[in-house]
Amino acid sequence: MTIIAEHGFLLLSLACLFGFFMAWGIGANDVANAMGTSVGSRALTVKQAIMIAIVFEFLGAYLAGGEVTSTIRKGIIDPTALTGNPELLVFGMLAALLAAGTWLFIASLKGWPVSTTHSIVGAIVGFAAVGISVDAVHWAKVGKIVASWVVSPVLAGVLSYALFKSVQALILNHSDPFTRAKRFIPFYMFAVGFLMAMVTMLKGLKHVFKDADFNMSFGECALYAAGVGILVAIIGGYFLSRVKEDPDADRDNRFASVERVFGVLMVFTACSMAFAHGSNDVANAVGPLAAIVGVLKTGVIAGKTAMPSWILLIGGGGIVLGLATYGFRVMATIGRKITELTPSRGFAAELGAAGTVVLASATGLPISTTHTLVGAVLGVGFARGIAAINLNVVSTIFMSWLITLPAGAGLSILFFYILKAIFGA
Amino acid sequence: MAITNPIHKLLGKSPIKPLQEHMTEVVKCAELLESFFDASFANDWGHAEAVYDRICESENRADDLKKQLRLHLPKSFFMPVSRTDLLELLSVQDHIANSARDVAGLMLGRKIMVPAAISTLWMEFLKGAIATTQQALVAINELDELLETGFSGQEINFVEKMIEELDQLEQITDHFERQIREQLFNLESELPPVNVMFLYKIIETIGDLADNAERVGGRLQLLLAR
Repeated sequence: MTIIAEHGFLLLSLACLFGFFMAWGIGANDVANAMGTSVGSRALTVKQAIMIAIVFEFLGAYLAGGEVTSTIRKGIIDPTALTGNPELLVFGMLAALLAAGTWLFIASLKGWPVSTTHSIVGAIVGFAAVGISVDAVHWAKVGKIVASWVVSPVLAGVLSYALFKSVQALILNHSDPFTRAKRFIPFYMFAVGFLMAMVTMLKGLKHVFKDADFNMSFGECALYAAGVGILVAIIGGYFLSRVKEDPDADRDNRFASVERVFGVLMVFTACSMAFAHGSNDVANAVGPLAAIVGVLKTGVIAGKTAMPSWILLIGGGGIVLGLATYGFRVMATIGRKITELTPSRGFAAELGAAGTVVLASATGLPISTTHTLVGAVLGVGFARGIAAINLNVVSTIFMSWLITLPAGAGLSILFFYILKAIFGA
Repeated sequence: MAITNPIHKLLGKSPIKPLQEHMTEVVKCAELLESFFDASFANDWGHAEAVYDRICESENRADDLKKQLRLHLPKSFFMPVSRTDLLELLSVQDHIANSARDVAGLMLGRKIMVPAAISTLWMEFLKGAIATTQQALVAINELDELLETGFSGQEINFVEKMIEELDQLEQITDHFERQIREQLFNLESELPPVNVMFLYKIIETIGDLADNAERVGGRLQLLLAR
């Protein structure tokens, strides 16, 4: 207890610093994974992608990120194991943030495809199981999280397979795909708006208006979400009406104009992707920070404390700074490289992935956006939509999975004992 | 920091564009035979040799494209078409270029003169064979549209029609081949016997141009049918 009283401000500053570092890393690297396909397919310029990322990452984190944040914050560790010494949770979460941040930095240097989610979960489980006690970990919850890492890419694959098949049946397999595209794409836009609005109302607004008595039935939510979806479809319809057929481009490839129609749709799915990413991955930085702030403010590990909104601002600010300082460059490089995904495929992959991630966010499961997107791209591939997919990457990702968990755990255990030694606990 | 992106690494380089480039180069070899025979009929072997060199150049470029494509098609690639079928298609395409080079090479090596009596029919036969390879290229150029539709729907019918046309062109060439053999047979007693043997060989090789062009269509059909 005395440690918290004595060093409270220092610990708080450290927590903010580490949390900000983590958020910076997410903005610098992770967002580009989520948005790169939109830039690569020429649906968005880098500048537009950054603007969309800033707005929708923040909206996603604020409106739909609450469940995942609370999982990271208090779902993995059993608070009752720590009642006597709340400072251990502070050290542990600091160590976890620092470990995950360090590991991500090393991995970026080496060019390994690691996920922020896996490193932070590995780090939290690591310090809790070794530094405190094996019983301090909610193993059932951890099991569920790990299972979701397997399920999420598969689900995203199935969704994007179905989406691409529907595009084939409704648009591509007809003699006038351009007109068909203009007619049917608003429905996909509706789905994008509906999805985001539904998750926000079902899960997000509870966190935002905690005090106000906020109660809506499922039916009401669906009704309002449908309204939002229609609004989005109308806005999209306006932009679609401005796309004209380009006979010059069509001579080379008869589907060039059709792809330009899909390019409009991809702006919307890019928004949903940023929203989904914000709702799930921002928690990786914000969750541990929120746990630390909670202990420092009250001196105990409370089960239910309101999360101050400035924590989210630190997360959002870190992401924006990461995008502005480094993510910009990453996005430009990646956008130049990912040119094989045309808008008609890119949208199917993005919407399949975004749908899965948002679903996971609503259930409070921290999953990897990148892995989910890889699963979604494979799904489009199974529908015979992509010229060549390098399956080696799938095994590399699987390996990085297996390495990240013990590496994140090991680093966090190390930092945990160092912090304990420094503060003399 | 190394900028690596799993999504980028996941997407392999499409083999379709290189396959089309290869076929374009192959057809160029076949098309050059027309001016080669024009030169040989005019007994202008200097010009014929220059054309032969250009055929070899195109054939070499096609060979390079073939090698590159083979190298960049690792077993770990998951594609909408079978890798084996794709490689077979590539090697059938390559045969066309080889046949074109062989025709010009055989002619040039012995400075064989095609008898004036059959020269008109000969050119029609040659043009028929070239047209067949050109039609095969048209079909191969549909591969990106096929990929765009995910190998389904209207586009399949469209390509099927192209392959039918290809088969018809090959039949026409076959018909010319039979005619020209017949006429050469009537003339052969008056011609130097060794040259006649080679003329038969050359007729057969020109026929191979069309045969292999038809097989390109057949392979393409296999790609669609997975």
